[in-house]
Amino acid sequence: MDVVQMLQRQFIDYMNSLYSEYYLDDQFNQLQKLADESSPDFVIEVVTLFFQDSEKLLENLSKALEQPVVDFNQVANHAHQFKGSSSSIGAHRVKNQCVKFRAYCEEKNREGCLACLQELQQEYIVLKKKFEILFQLEQDIVQKGGIVPTKD
Amino acid sequence: MAVDTQFHVLAVDDSIVDRKLIERLLTTSSFHVTAVDSGTKALELLGLQGNETRDSHHHDHHQDAEVNLIITDYCMPGMTGYDLLRKIKESESLKDIPVVIMSSENIPARINRCLEEGAEEFFLKPVRLSDVDKLKPHLIRSKSKVQYSLDNKISSYEIHDEVF
Repeated sequence: MDVVQMLQRQFIDYMNSLYSEYYLDDQFNQLQKLADESSPDFVIEVVTLFFQDSEKLLENLSKALEQPVVDFNQVANHAHQFKGSSSSIGAHRVKNQCVKFRAYCEEKNREGCLACLQELQQEYIVLKKKFEILFQLEQDIVQKGGIVPTKD
Repeated sequence: MAVDTQFHVLAVDDSIVDRKLIERLLTTSSFHVTAVDSGTKALELLGLQGNETRDSHHHDHHQDAEVNLIITDYCMPGMTGYDLLRKIKESESLKDIPVVIMSSENIPARINRCLEEGAEEFFLKPVRLSDVDKLKPHLIRSKSKVQYSLDNKISSYEIHDEVF
């Protein structure tokens, strides 16, 4: 096996683990199908937008929960937005964590929301790292003259 | 002389991630796309600012930017997709433009309300290519409808003259 084949193997294994461990779901696969010669960086572009948007939403959630009087509607809105964007890119675990906010918001449970936020931040950090590894693998393959394997 | 046969879709969504996605889905399906982040911006682009103004110089055979279909998110701050849908259907110049609603939530009451208000389709998010494929029939049908109403407008102007 040459270097490119080794990297491709690594990439395939890594992608498979992301799906089997539910970091990603089929929506991510749908995104990959939308990239082509005219838009080769589509996936990286969308995921980058997701990172920027997520960091803003996490900050908004944090600020909203720090208020002396918490506006739980606002908290629910931010969580709903985050749920939407994570769902759109196939970020399965992050999306599920966002869903947990709803119940705590309805109960106006600040402690519950804060615990939820902490877990959400963790999930997001882990996912971001995984994407970075994935994109680096892609870059390495391309740099060595190889083609990035696709599903199907 | 090249005739622009591409359909122009106006996409409305406050989420930057979803705007990117819908833009790509539509472009992949050979639509020309304009994406905006609010209902207000959508109305501006369509030539409706608050109350519809019609002066004698404005021949409304063309909107300010010809739009063949509007696809909008339901949940948006300020003007919701439903509000936008209503404003479009209440407008003489815009009511024949097909409108499609997108939502991340599968709420039958919501879906029915939108369809009753005149939305052509309701897509559940995340939107897929197979959803976008459903748009073309609505566009082709509405192009011929617009032609029909244009033909009729000419004759109704003639009648108007007689009354005065």
